[in-house]
Amino acid sequence: MTLSILHRATGVAMAVGFIVLAAWLVSAAAGPAEYERFVALMSTLVGQLLLIGWSFAFFYHFANGIRHLVWDTGRGFEKHQANASAWFVIVLAIVVTAILWIKLI
Amino acid sequence: MRLLATIRALTGLGDAAGGTDHWWGQRISGVMLVFLGLWFVGSMVLLPSMEYDVVVEFVGVTANGVLLSLLCLVTAFHSHLGVQVVIEDYVHADGLHIFSIAASRLAHVVAAIVAVYAIVQIGTGA
Repeated sequence: MTLSILHRATGVAMAVGFIVLAAWLVSAAAGPAEYERFVALMSTLVGQLLLIGWSFAFFYHFANGIRHLVWDTGRGFEKHQANASAWFVIVLAIVVTAILWIKLI
Repeated sequence: MRLLATIRALTGLGDAAGGTDHWWGQRISGVMLVFLGLWFVGSMVLLPSMEYDVVVEFVGVTANGVLLSLLCLVTAFHSHLGVQVVIEDYVHADGLHIFSIAASRLAHVVAAIVAVYAIVQIGTGA
């Protein structure tokens, strides 16, 4: 239940993130000066927190999306299976996000 | 009659046609994004830095530009379908409901076109 809401929340968050991805590409196409301005913007505390949030959203939505695809094949519906995969997905998303940012910072 | 209605729906002749298209569209784009998303995040992590020259060189490689364009198009499609479901579930006021879905669709189309245009610009060095 909670994970289902989180799937939607992370999806909507990434819909906004997609606009920022487009802005990143546009800034790169516009030249070095524009690109530096974009990087400066995303290097602020708020920018970094957003990027961390979007990376978590990606890993969570990615893992939980696969969970949904497995469900679509009719597997994994038993309560203990659904609970186990829920924990797996949430822990995986947190761990991978943490590893990524420890590596980056 | 109940059975016939169900068969009509299942074969896509009834009201369910739009629903099944939506369902399949979401799944197929989702599966594509498993691969494209993995490629994108993997590529970004493997880049030596996010400096201008490095990024432009990466996007300028034809295979990367094509995959990145595909990622943007499939993401826009998948995202539009997902946001539409969220709007349908939470926005009930008649006018606002239609307006929100139309606005979301427009935003997704514009973002996808702008992103792909930028990728082509980088690739052609224009």
